[in-house]
Amino acid sequence: MDNKNSIFRFLIPSKGYNILFYLAIPIVIMALYLTFIWSPVERTMGEVQKIFYFHVGSAWNAFFAFFVVLVFSILYLVKRKRIYDIIAGVSAEIGVVFTAIVLATGPIWAHSAWNTWWTWEPRLTTTLILFFIYIAYIMIRNMEGEWQKKARLASVFGIIGFINVPIVFMAVRWWETNLHPVVLGDGNEQSGGGLEPSMLFTLLFTVATMTLVYFLFLRKGIYIEQLRLETSKLKAKWQEKEINREAS
Amino acid sequence: MRYFITPALLIALKDLYSEWRTRQVVVTMLIFSALVIVTFSFAFDPTRQAVEALIPGMIWVITVFAGILGLNRSFLSEQKQDQLHGMIVAPADPASIYLGKVIANYVFVFVVQAISIPLLLILFDFQVPGDYGWFLLILFLGTFGFICVGTLLSAVSIQSKSSEMLLPVLLFPLVTPIVIAAVEATRIVLAQDASISEAFSWMQLIVVYDLVFFVAGFLLFEYVLEV
Amino acid sequence: MIETNGLSKTIGEKTIVRPINVSFQGAETVAILGPNGAGKSTFLNMIAGLIKPTSGLISFHGNALKKDDYTLKEKIGFLSHQSFLYDYFTPIENLIFFGRMYKVENVRERAKQLIDEVGLKLFQNEPVRSFSRGMLQRLAIARALIHNPEYLLLDEPHTGLDQQAVSILNEVIKARQKEGVTVLMVTHDFQQVTDTCTRALIMRNGRLVDDLSISELGQDTLDSRYQAVVKSS
Repeated sequence: MDNKNSIFRFLIPSKGYNILFYLAIPIVIMALYLTFIWSPVERTMGEVQKIFYFHVGSAWNAFFAFFVVLVFSILYLVKRKRIYDIIAGVSAEIGVVFTAIVLATGPIWAHSAWNTWWTWEPRLTTTLILFFIYIAYIMIRNMEGEWQKKARLASVFGIIGFINVPIVFMAVRWWETNLHPVVLGDGNEQSGGGLEPSMLFTLLFTVATMTLVYFLFLRKGIYIEQLRLETSKLKAKWQEKEINREAS
Repeated sequence: MRYFITPALLIALKDLYSEWRTRQVVVTMLIFSALVIVTFSFAFDPTRQAVEALIPGMIWVITVFAGILGLNRSFLSEQKQDQLHGMIVAPADPASIYLGKVIANYVFVFVVQAISIPLLLILFDFQVPGDYGWFLLILFLGTFGFICVGTLLSAVSIQSKSSEMLLPVLLFPLVTPIVIAAVEATRIVLAQDASISEAFSWMQLIVVYDLVFFVAGFLLFEYVLEV
Repeated sequence: MIETNGLSKTIGEKTIVRPINVSFQGAETVAILGPNGAGKSTFLNMIAGLIKPTSGLISFHGNALKKDDYTLKEKIGFLSHQSFLYDYFTPIENLIFFGRMYKVENVRERAKQLIDEVGLKLFQNEPVRSFSRGMLQRLAIARALIHNPEYLLLDEPHTGLDQQAVSILNEVIKARQKEGVTVLMVTHDFQQVTDTCTRALIMRNGRLVDDLSISELGQDTLDSRYQAVVKSS
């Protein structure tokens, strides 16, 4: 009976998730409306400029997700609670997805803005290295062995991976300005200062929406992990029971 | 200190003595770096102008790749009979094991550099203009940072069965700042019209990196070592 | 005196050792018995400070074992499944390295004396990599004793040893016993238990299921007691 209860407990998504989910639907539709219909078309770049809202939103969320990895890695090493490890792992996966979006939209933007697919622009290059760092992080998590070991090693890597980010950014920026001094200015579109007010509003709105989506994914990811855990526990229990039955 | 400096030196000496006995790691690293030099000279035609642009990159490619060979072995040799467990139960600060390994790994890479870099300069007929001092300082700082991260990650990766494959994947993204800064600083120092002051900001970056990751290794090593 | 308080360990989903409360006084030689997978080695490894317990405390003479309490670690001698020895070093070099880690004085003499005691004098300058399992085990025992530990933890010390080596080991254990050393020993060898030990603990499925005094039992009774405890479920 106890088992059954626990299954049902995990099959029903929590209230927090439901609230997030139903909140997200209108907001995402609103964000799409703002981006594609309400906000004006940029003069020189045309429709392609709209990718910028998602590019910036994904970039911000990727950094945020990796910051969450850092926080929960430290928490895991101090408290050794499994939930912290799960949160760090799920957040890293979401972060990698957002990083991939940044890396995919970046070249599209670059192609229409500067007529080249890839520039070794510091933000883009840092994002690329970030992508590799967290792929490596996920590889540690996929190591063989018991979860405690993987969680411990992944936490250590999650910490040094994140403190590396500002150093990478500095190095790449100096390197880029030394090698290609005037490929592009300090992207005035990206500073926010040169933006049309309606564009700025749309940008802020999409960034907020994508943050909400991040939390939705995080909640869902944790839920899936817990479900997976519960399943493997049940399986182990069942196996033990079978073995005992056969032995007797 | 009693449980920190002494064990660290003991472990470093133990590694160096063991290497002196077998000469496995350093010799392999040397052969590898010689092969890198030869391969590079085939891949890039070493004409006069190209050499100056090529040398800084080659120095660091040799250091990083040969270094990874050594780092891979560093903790594998402690695993055969679980010698690492012997160190954990010994009265020694976990960070002292890290320090000892950093020293030993640094010495290995240093020996390789001491032989392969002069060889590289001779084969490509390259004269170091001006002062050797700055060049050596950059070499020391860059290699130290690389070894600090490499030793920590080597201890992480040996806990996987496919450690040789895991280590480069973990290490390369993390050492990009070192590779960028060290190559740039070396390029400035080795240029004919070398102006050292331009290399200072790169050297500062390397020093910051060294400090950050040496401290990180110090603090985090005990978590890596846990059983 | 060694005392454990609610000592337990979970690896992955499996609980290897369930909370154990036990104490060992003074010059006891305690055998830890039990079937494979009972958690004996894990229990011993936790006392040695190798494995971090999931919960619970270990204390030596009332001092809790903490990870930075190195003076306490200096008093523990630990023989594991693995020898901890370096292949390319000779027995003398191996013992000197570990002796220095434990800050032993006159380490060279001490190493020679121990090599004598375990009967490896002829091989003292040969690299360890050519040694047989039994010779390695002898040297590993010497390694555990290099710093004259007050607590000696042995994980299956008799495996791989020939008859002569077994009696050497038993002599070594008995000599330490007279010096007041607490010896804990995980083993499967009932003969050696009755020869050397004063007390036996029986573990099953991570639990401590029996705790008996050897001096009050003959071999038959230890054997039957063991069978009875392990079989009952």
